[in-house]
Amino acid sequence: MSEKYIAAVDQGTASSRCLVFDHEGRIVSVSQMEHEQIFPRPGWVEHDPREILHNVVEVVRRALDTGGFGVSDLVGLGIANQRETTVVWDRVSGEPVHNAIVWQDTRTDSIVRKLGKEHGQDRFRDRCGLPLATYFSGPKVSWLLDSAPGLRERAEGGDLLFGTMDSWLVWNLTGRHVTDVTNASRTMLMNLETLDWDDTLLDAMGVPRAMLPAIQPSSKVYGEAGDSLGGVPIAAALGDQQAALFGQTCFSVGEAKCTYGTGSFLLLNTGSRPVRSAHGLLTTVGSKIGDELATYALEGSIAVTGALVQWFRDKVGLIGSAPEVETLARTVEDNGGIYFVPAFSGLFAPHWRGDARGVIAGLTGYATKGHLARAVLEATAWQTREVVDAMNADSGIELTTLKADGGMTANNLLMQFLADVLGVPVVRPIVAETVSLGAAYAAGLAVGFWPDVESLRAHWHKAGEWLPQMDSNARDKGYRKWKKAVQRTLDWVDDDD
Amino acid sequence: MPKPIQSIERASAILRLLSGRTRRLGLVELAGELGLPKGTVYGILRTLLSVGFVEQDPESGKYRMGAALLHLGSSYLDGNELRTRALNWSDWLAARSNESVRLGTMHDGQVLVVHHVFRPDDSPQALEVGALLPAHATSMGKALLAHHPYLAAELTKKELTRFTPATITDPQRLLAELEQVRVDGWASEMEELIQGEASCAAPVHDRMGVAVGAIAISGPIERLCEGSQIRSDLVSYVREGARTISRDLGAVPW
Repeated sequence: MSEKYIAAVDQGTASSRCLVFDHEGRIVSVSQMEHEQIFPRPGWVEHDPREILHNVVEVVRRALDTGGFGVSDLVGLGIANQRETTVVWDRVSGEPVHNAIVWQDTRTDSIVRKLGKEHGQDRFRDRCGLPLATYFSGPKVSWLLDSAPGLRERAEGGDLLFGTMDSWLVWNLTGRHVTDVTNASRTMLMNLETLDWDDTLLDAMGVPRAMLPAIQPSSKVYGEAGDSLGGVPIAAALGDQQAALFGQTCFSVGEAKCTYGTGSFLLLNTGSRPVRSAHGLLTTVGSKIGDELATYALEGSIAVTGALVQWFRDKVGLIGSAPEVETLARTVEDNGGIYFVPAFSGLFAPHWRGDARGVIAGLTGYATKGHLARAVLEATAWQTREVVDAMNADSGIELTTLKADGGMTANNLLMQFLADVLGVPVVRPIVAETVSLGAAYAAGLAVGFWPDVESLRAHWHKAGEWLPQMDSNARDKGYRKWKKAVQRTLDWVDDDD
Repeated sequence: MPKPIQSIERASAILRLLSGRTRRLGLVELAGELGLPKGTVYGILRTLLSVGFVEQDPESGKYRMGAALLHLGSSYLDGNELRTRALNWSDWLAARSNESVRLGTMHDGQVLVVHHVFRPDDSPQALEVGALLPAHATSMGKALLAHHPYLAAELTKKELTRFTPATITDPQRLLAELEQVRVDGWASEMEELIQGEASCAAPVHDRMGVAVGAIAISGPIERLCEGSQIRSDLVSYVREGARTISRDLGAVPW
């Protein structure tokens, strides 16, 4: 028998990728296609779901071509996807009624404020584990149904379907209208205890039950892909950050990872019980393997990390490529007293302040572009520190090592500074593509490519490690200054903005 | 204002004639185009050759633009960028070979380690990013020097430091080995820097075809070698890794 492989699609915010892995969890082929970012108005971000579907099929084919194998060499395909991004489409024609509304989009701000009015942003936290924020899908569906006459009636009549990106892809590939439980836990519509849609939440958001997909485990054969992908079993779906937690083999209580991309997401496995946060973290489902109990996680979501470097490159133009920020930052010894809080669309965890806007604090005539570059990088580390503090407080578990992954782990200066401000070692796994790896692992478990999660742990290896070197006085002073800078971002947005 | 220096004007005219990737011109053609005596043009060409601004095709004897000149232009690649672009495939190489991986660039005649992936066995290891290694005693250095003859020529003008009994300190022997490396497409080093350790490297090319870096695996000779040779499976992994990174950088596949 020839060697078999497993494929993972990482349907991300900026691009769709396909990675093919062998039985040892090693990458054997990669393919990637970017899709258009549609910005109809300030604060609005959309994707064309048809373009994404086309790209997903195309990247799988290309990855197979590059690797020199065919669909028949695949035992299954897992999907990891950008979370919360919302699609509504026609059950019969399959046509989306609107572009997908992306997680970053803030158009639901007034809906969210109205929902929270009398009760505050934690109104639904007990049920769904989430604070009221524009980030989540429920308010986006509500906005969509009111965006054109007749949509709400069609949704109530069962003619329209709702789904996050996993749901849209699986429906198109297999014909089944399902979603995985990790994606469902990001809608604000699912009850964390029952793992089913919650009528109170549906009523509050005005979302008809008739349009919702069936909630399924993360690791399960949902169906077989049609002709476009030659009948390969679609065997897993997870939100990208939950996939990364799985790909980092954080299977036990207390294990945590942080993925550094456009935004950054720190997730901590809290086991079979949801832990409610008193410190601005999200409670979310980590994974559910077949009929096993669901695993829960605490999540700290940071909106702007890599995006700040991209902004620095594209909008400020001081660097030509993202990695050059390290080169520029290394021209100076420290941040020169500058702190950059990138609250571009408010602050996410642990603050959840939509009224915050970005601040560069501590500017003097001494500052150079090198200091600015350093402040840009340090912002990612300080934001991580805030989330780690919140997580330690909520879970009662002190973080002892941070497992980091994602594109920014290529930045040595950042990884060292991160270890410095956290005061714990930062390690990078040998497969930095943990999102895809997690989707591949979950799919591989569903089709029996791997027997159990313990067999997956053997694939995790340390590829790099950064040890803390900063003395605690410098660390404490830096953190104090950072917190002061954060204070200066708050209460910036006014009603007439 | 002082008068323009005639020989620099003439050298510039030669480079202009040779510009464009496929231009290869012989001495007679160049002299004819410039309307200058062959001896004059030859003298200028010798100087341009010595600084790497032109190269001579060994078969036809014709001249073309040199790699050093390409380096002055757009093909400069930031080490941090190289690391970012090579991240996945250096991990792949470490996972395939079960050895540690380093990615290096030339920096003032030495090899600067821009990326380091641990050997995937979870043993204690420390990151060596930023370390400077001697070019003549590492496989990364040899892979790079083989593609930058002017750097090799400069290096061999100075004394080659000895690190172990196996270190190559004879300039002629080093240049001969570099010639072989250029033909083979990969370089090895056997206990030439540290006793008991061997390494194997292949060059990473950018879209201009310039060797902008080299990727290497290294480890104890017991694991890396079969007899007196690097294991052929390891060599093919290193070459495949280098080829894939080069392709990602836009180099023409070969």
